[in-house]
Parts: sequence; structure tokens; C-alpha cells
Amino acid sequence: MLIKRPDDIKTSDITDEKIYHQRRAFLQTGSRAALAVVAGAAFPGLMFPGDAAAQMAALKFKKNSGFSTDEEVNSLKDITRYNNFYEFGTDKEDPAKYAHTLKTDPWNVRVEGEVEKPADYQLEDLIKESQLEERIYRMRCVEAWSMVIPWVGIPLSTLIKRFKPGSKARYVEFTTLHDPAQMPGQKRGVLDWPYVEGLRMDEAMHPLTLLAVGLYGKVLPNQNGAPIRLVVPWKYGFKNIKSIVKIRFTETMPNTTWNLSGPREYGFYANVNPEVDHPRWSQGRERRIGEFFKRKTKMFNGYEEQVASLYSGMDLRRNY
Amino acid sequence: MHSMKPFVNPKFVKPLVFMACLLPLVFGIQAGFTDQLGANPIEEITHRTGDWTLRLLLITLAATPLRRLFGWGWPLRVRRMLGLFTFFYACLHLLTYLVLDQFFDWEDILKDIIKRPYITIGFGAFVLLVPLAVTSTNAMMRRLGKRWGQLHQLIYVIAVFGILHYLWLVKADYLLPLIHAAILLTLLLVRAWYQRQSLSAGRPAPQTS
Repeated sequence: MLIKRPDDIKTSDITDEKIYHQRRAFLQTGSRAALAVVAGAAFPGLMFPGDAAAQMAALKFKKNSGFSTDEEVNSLKDITRYNNFYEFGTDKEDPAKYAHTLKTDPWNVRVEGEVEKPADYQLEDLIKESQLEERIYRMRCVEAWSMVIPWVGIPLSTLIKRFKPGSKARYVEFTTLHDPAQMPGQKRGVLDWPYVEGLRMDEAMHPLTLLAVGLYGKVLPNQNGAPIRLVVPWKYGFKNIKSIVKIRFTETMPNTTWNLSGPREYGFYANVNPEVDHPRWSQGRERRIGEFFKRKTKMFNGYEEQVASLYSGMDLRRNY
Repeated sequence: MHSMKPFVNPKFVKPLVFMACLLPLVFGIQAGFTDQLGANPIEEITHRTGDWTLRLLLITLAATPLRRLFGWGWPLRVRRMLGLFTFFYACLHLLTYLVLDQFFDWEDILKDIIKRPYITIGFGAFVLLVPLAVTSTNAMMRRLGKRWGQLHQLIYVIAVFGILHYLWLVKADYLLPLIHAAILLTLLLVRAWYQRQSLSAGRPAPQTS
């Protein structure tokens, strides 16, 4: 299975972490200097090169630069220690501390609903026929911070085509594992467990929509949603459901977890939109992790050209 | 009132409390220099300074109930210092927002204060703290006389505002704001209970009993 280290891996296929770190060090120096000037104090701990999680098994993948941004990538350290994954606690650093209890091997994904081939798939069977790709995407959290993350995964559309959904399948609903023994955060009813997310079929079939199994060229760390998670880069981060155990095709719009928790604050679409504020805070700007100054948030998180047509004629203020 | 033997020599109480109140700042600076502030240091600094403002506010409000319940006198002697440290951390919290988070973007700051209820009420709490800090000196106490006590009743409003500020900003996990609210409620109930006691004790005795 893919989680195991393939023997035939070519070094040229592996993303060179050194290059990431060199670029990172460059950014670090600049931002640190800016902050030192501005704040009058240097915080050497603000930024650092990602420490290589040596235990992460390498994946074999091709780069898909056509879909990737060339912006500076966030360090592996920041990507793996600053996570919203309430299944392991509501503090950003809880997932990194507690997600080790999650067992990702073996892992089954049930595919059901309006589909020709409902079945339980072992994760490796889902992935093995597909070529893994690296996609460097921006990730914009609804809390007004953002990162740039080098994911490794497969386009969701590849899998959906294999499942052969019927004509009634208008939406795709995803469900996270529900097991408080493995996910201690589920012992408290902070959200209505299990976590559920959904996409309209055309959103799910969009070439940007990814099912990620890796990060920085290696197997996804537990705190980032191992072993398989959704990545929809033009939507707020909470749409990117983690540790998926069920994919269900439905005729009606799925009830999604954050929408149930705060219907006025978190819509089904959750497209990144600087014009439509969260009722409690502005979405006009965001802090890129590792940077001091906030940057302007872009429509559809900068993927407007690729996805705006999905929503033509829709009132995005109402369909937030 | 039962009184207990003091744990420490009374003359050391003030310097000890003073140093204790500086610890969050010292640890915060140390964390900044040793990469312990996480991936989003500005958010972390905002949270830490806000947390300590609320904690110190509740500790300040605990002075009277502690004396009532256990007969401890020392908390009252450091109450002014605790209140001023509350103000100190509130200033750091506000400065973190103005400088590190918004970097003097006055337009956005003004919009936040007007449009975002949790910021409106948090800012309101800060504004109300200012006159209390300004009038905390002995000279001001003497000058204001009876009105000093009335003015400083504002601390209850500030405490409620502070906890609402916390409650209104969290996304889904209300546990910590509710714990703070429960502590505040307990402290207020203890006060109210003793106030009622002393009121009825101070009243002239009923004519027939």
C-alpha cells in the first residue's frame, strides 16, 4: 500500500526539502527584520525552517505545476503544528499533541448513495490506480489566516468517475471517522459529531478539487487529516474535511457540521470572498502564517479564473 | 471572623505579588525568544495578554470575598496593585491588536470597533478601565471621597464586558469563557450574600421579637 515506502522510488521524484528550506530561510530573514524594526524586538522563534518529520514515509508523485502556485510554501513545522482539527481538541496545537492515537492503517472508505458501485474500499485500493500529484495550494481559513501547502493527492474527479454516480447524484457528502477512543476531542460535544462536509457535484468534479494523502512529498501526518482528506482551495479551510471514512452521493444538499453549528456564520458554499464578512469579523484581509503584515484576501482565494463560472448568476451574499 | 497565621511575612506580600504578576510577561517574552509562540505568534500574544487581563481582573475581584470567607486581609492590601496589573495587561492586549495585528490601520480598527460586537464590548471595557487606573492613587481617593467608591463600582460592569468579549469571540468551544463567567458569578454572589447579611445586621432590631 502507498503508506509503505516504495522500493522503486526515484530521487528525482521526491520534492527537494532543501529547496523549500532555502526559500524559507530567505523569507525568514526578511520577515524577521521587518518585525524587528516594527515591533522593536526580535522574536527569533517566529519563523524557522520546517523540521523534517523523519518518520513520514515518502510518496511517489509527479508535480502538477499547472495547478500549483509559485508562492512561498509554509514550513512543514508550521503546517503540522497549527491545525484546526477539533476531533483532537479546540486548541491549534492540540492536533499535533494528541493525533497520534489515530490509527490510519488499515483504513476503509465506504462509498454509498446514488452510485452504481456502492462498496467498502480499502484506502490503498482507492488510490493505487491513480497517479499521485503534488499540488501547491493556498489555504484560507475562515478565521482570516492562510498558508501555502504542498499537498500530494489525486483529483477527486478521478475517483468519482470510477464510482459511476447516477443521474440523481447532485451532491457529494463526506464524513470523518467517529471514534472518541481514537479522537479524544469527540468526547466533548463542541460540534455535532461526526464531522460532515459536502460539495455540489460540479464542485466535486472540478479539476482543482483534490483528495490529499500526502504533504511535502510524504504521507499525511495525522494532525493534517490522515490518511485521506479533501482539499478545495477556493473555499474556507473548514470545507476540507479530514480523515474521511464515508463518501455518499445524494440528491439533496447535505447538512454540514459548521453550518449546523452556526447557520448564519458558516454556509454550505463557504467560498472565500473578501466582500462577504463573517458576521463577527472581516474577511477582507488575512494573515499569511509567517508574515507580519496582513494581505488582502482574493476572491475565491485567488482561484477566481478557474471557478467563478461555477457560481455565475448566484447571489454570493446569500449563498455564503 | 477567624484569622489565620500568615503564610509569609506580611512585608513580603507586596513584592511577591508584584513579581508574580510580572511572570506572564516574562514567560511570554521567553516564549518569543525560544519559538514557543507557535505558528501564529501574533494570535498567541493576543490570546495570552487577553487571558491574563481576565484572570487578573477575577483575582482582583476575589480580594473582598476572600476576606469575607477566610478572614484574609492581605489580598485587600494588594488589590490596588492587582487592579493596576489588570490594566497593564489590558494595555498590552489592546496594543497587540492595534500594532501587531492591525498595524495602525485606523480605518479597519474603527470598523471593527463599530461593527464587531466582541470588539465593541472589549474596547468598551478598556475605556472604562482607564478612569479607574487614573483614580487609583491615594490623592485621588481622598479627593473623590465618597464618589471614589461609586466610580470604582464600574469594575463589575468591566468584568461582565470582559467575559462577554471572550464569549462572543469563540467559534464553538464555550468551555473557557463559561468557566470565567462561573467564577465571576460566584464572586458576585459571595459579595451579595455578605452585603445582605451586613445590611440586615445594621438595621435597627425589630420592635417585637
